[in-house]
Amino acid sequence: MIEFKHVSKRFGRTVALEDVTVTYPRGKIIGLFGPNGAGKSTSLKMIVGLNRPNLGEVTIDGKSPQDSKHQVAYLPEIDYIYPWMTIADAADFLKPFYSDWDEAKFKDLLGFLNLDKRMKIGRISRGQRAKTKLLLNVSRQAPYLLMDEPLSGIDIMTREEIINTLIRDYREGEQTIVISTHEIADVESLIEEVVFIADGRIQLVGNAEDLRHEREASLVNIMKELFKNAN
Amino acid sequence: MEFDTTRPIYRQIIDDFKKQMIRGELKNGDKIFSQREYAARAQINPNTVQRAYREMENMNLVLTMRGQGTFINVNEDRLRELKREMAQGLVDRFIKEMHSLEFNQKEVLKMLKEKYPDEEGQNDRV
Repeated sequence: MIEFKHVSKRFGRTVALEDVTVTYPRGKIIGLFGPNGAGKSTSLKMIVGLNRPNLGEVTIDGKSPQDSKHQVAYLPEIDYIYPWMTIADAADFLKPFYSDWDEAKFKDLLGFLNLDKRMKIGRISRGQRAKTKLLLNVSRQAPYLLMDEPLSGIDIMTREEIINTLIRDYREGEQTIVISTHEIADVESLIEEVVFIADGRIQLVGNAEDLRHEREASLVNIMKELFKNAN
Repeated sequence: MEFDTTRPIYRQIIDDFKKQMIRGELKNGDKIFSQREYAARAQINPNTVQRAYREMENMNLVLTMRGQGTFINVNEDRLRELKREMAQGLVDRFIKEMHSLEFNQKEVLKMLKEKYPDEEGQNDRV
C-alpha cells in the first residue's frame, strides 16, 4: 500500500498539499478525484519520487519512493517520449530501465490497442498517443500503476479501448491502480476506492459502492456536493 | 448494460441476473460469463463483479466450479421464491413512493383498481 503521513508541500508561497494523511490500499483501483489544482498531480509525483514532501513522509509498502522505483509505473500528463521515435524505438528506449519489462505483453497489447510499432509518436493522433503511453506503462509487471488524467481529451472509442485494456489486464488483489482525474464520470464504474482532494487537503475517503449506497448518489454528484461546500 | 451510478453497481448486476432468471432467459444449469468477461463487456471493475458473483453464491443463485465456470443454480422453488421477493420489493417501493407523495391507502387502492378491471371484465365505475 501507499501511505501519506502528514505530508505538506509548498511551491514558493503556493500550498500544494496540507497535512495529508491517506492510505491507498493494495490491490484496488483507486480514484484520486478533485478539481484542477487540488494536489492530485503533486501527490502522484511524490509517490514516484519526482517531488519530496516539506513535511511528513510517503512510503510504498514501507519503503521510500526512491527505493520503490521498480514497483511503480507512472503515466504523466506530459509527453516524455520523443516525437521522432517510433513506438518500437520508445519501447527499446525504456526497456533497459525496467527489469520487469514484459515483451510478450507488449506485443499482445500492441495488437489489442490497434497500434503499429512503426508509428511515429509525433505523427499519430492524440488518442493513439494516449494508447501508446498506456502500452508502454502496462508492458511492465509493476504492482503499482499511476495514471494522471489518462482519458483527458480522448475520443470515446479510444477511451473504451483504454478502459478495456485496463480491465482485461488487471490482476485483482495483486495490482494497484491509482487514476487521478477531474473527469470522474469517465471512470465512475472502474473505481473501487475513492480519495477526494481539494485545496491540498483530503476531503473524503471511502469505498465507491458504500458511498453510493449511503448517499444515494453517484461519485460525480458526491464530488459536486463536496466542492460546493469547500469553496 | 448501462448502470445507474447513483446506486451500488454490484446490486444492479445481481438484480439483472435475477430478472433474467425470472423471465426464463437464464435457466438452471446455464453457464454465465466469467467474472472477467462480464467486467470487460460491461466496462466495470472486476472486483465489483466479484462482489456480485460472491453475493449470488451466498444467495444460492449461482454455483462456481473451479476451472469450469459459474452456473445458474436455481430450482423451481427457488425461482418462485425469487419472483415473490422481487415483486414484494417492487410493491414496497411503490407504496413508499406513493406515501411520500401523500396518497393514503384508500386512494392508492382506488388508482390500482382503475388499472385492473374486476373479474367479470367490467371496469368499476368510480
